[in-house]
Amino acid sequence: MFLINCPYCGERDQSEFSCGGEAHIVRPKQPTELSDDQWAEYLFMRKNIKGVQFERWNHAHGCRKWFNMVRDTSNDKIHAIYKMGEKPPVE
Amino acid sequence: MKNKYSIFSLIKNAFSQHENWKQAWGDPEPKREYEAIIIGGGGHGLATAYYLAKKHNMRNIAVLEKGWIGGGNTGRNTTIIRSNYLWDASAGLYDHALKIWENLTQELNYNIMFSQRGVMNLAHNLQDVRDLKRRTHANRLNGIDAVWLNTDQVKEFCPIINTSPDIRYPVLGGTLQRRAGTARHDAVAWGYARGADEMGVDIIQNCEVKGIKRNGDQVEGVETSKGFIKTKKIGVVAAGHSSVIANMAGLKLPLESKPLQALVSEPVKPIIDTVVMSNAVHAYVSQSDKGELVIGAGTDAYVSYTQRGSHDVVEGTLKAILELYPIFSRMKMLRQWGGIVDICPDASPIISKTNIKGLYFNCGWGTGGFKATPGSGDLFAHTIANDEPHKLNAAFNLNRFVSGDLVDEHGAAAVAH
Repeated sequence: MFLINCPYCGERDQSEFSCGGEAHIVRPKQPTELSDDQWAEYLFMRKNIKGVQFERWNHAHGCRKWFNMVRDTSNDKIHAIYKMGEKPPVE
Repeated sequence: MKNKYSIFSLIKNAFSQHENWKQAWGDPEPKREYEAIIIGGGGHGLATAYYLAKKHNMRNIAVLEKGWIGGGNTGRNTTIIRSNYLWDASAGLYDHALKIWENLTQELNYNIMFSQRGVMNLAHNLQDVRDLKRRTHANRLNGIDAVWLNTDQVKEFCPIINTSPDIRYPVLGGTLQRRAGTARHDAVAWGYARGADEMGVDIIQNCEVKGIKRNGDQVEGVETSKGFIKTKKIGVVAAGHSSVIANMAGLKLPLESKPLQALVSEPVKPIIDTVVMSNAVHAYVSQSDKGELVIGAGTDAYVSYTQRGSHDVVEGTLKAILELYPIFSRMKMLRQWGGIVDICPDASPIISKTNIKGLYFNCGWGTGGFKATPGSGDLFAHTIANDEPHKLNAAFNLNRFVSGDLVDEHGAAAVAH
């Protein structure tokens, strides 16, 4: 449990947000040409990092907007928050 | 058995003030090479080593544990054992485990305090009723005991439940598996550790794996905090940290690791002699032999390795508990903790080979791995020894995420995962 600084609403309790999992997984441009292995990679395989991880979050009980977050999963410390479409910060 | 526990050994040792009991398992330094290495000295890992030695005659093996035996998720779960899963593959897997549980105390010569006190699952709406009735039919077709109880029978079986129609989620009935129950969780790890040690397995505690050495697509050994150890076969049973180990081998798994919480109350006199679970309101409760209420909460909805959990998750569970059991309203909670569980997209485990030769994974047990401990160890040992799965864990391969042949137990199992 931690505080999240929503880029649109400011600092709010984490329970107002929902996590959309690993960020920057790009939807395949031509799904019809994907092999089963590539589908599995896109749909199911996750880095699940213990350490600094890039994630998507949604302010579900607030502005309902999506944004990205860089968070250390070993201590829940948030390193950066940036809007969708913005370049991820280089650590 | 060189050091059999019995009433006679108890009396004999009483004469020397219980100061001459032999250590239940040794504390060896790692050898330079093993036939197989199990990473993770929890219940599943120790059971794997035990069955590798016992059924497959592999004695030159080691279990590497970064902490101490019984100090991981084995000692954090809520000790519930049941096998009332919907799908055939899951029913086969979990009932295989339940059958081993029934004789495990005798087999290990170690009292795991297995208590078949029954597990009751409550239905709170019409869809619950339909789903749970369907599941009892599926269970019985698979030879698993299950009965449907109406509201009055639920009340009769567990009188402290509030079955008033006025509550927010009224109890419309429930299912009961009488063979289900609980066991003393750390005793399970200790019993398997003692049994494995006796057959020559090296149990190496405080030994953290730092890397996995590969030569092409064949494993060659593990880099540990106690140096490099050579081996041709590695079985990874690292629960919440499975992805961390997988990343060392350059492998990605379909897992997300999340904190799962549980809590216990102050000890009180016997009040609930069974296990009651509710899927819809996510509340489950039983009572330990010490008298504490044992309450399982949910997972946080984001990846975290912090081994604590959010307050709102506990609050949600306790709200549901209070609605169902008004008698608990003045109980004080004594302890709360979180453990990291690795969750698969289909809420079923992975007991599988990988595309790296000699590397095997037993993971993805999510929020419900304890119940499967003996079966999981038995089937994983079979998979490692024969380099192919047993028919009971064939469906739980890693390739199912490529083929699409998932074992979708989300909601199909008796409780939400």
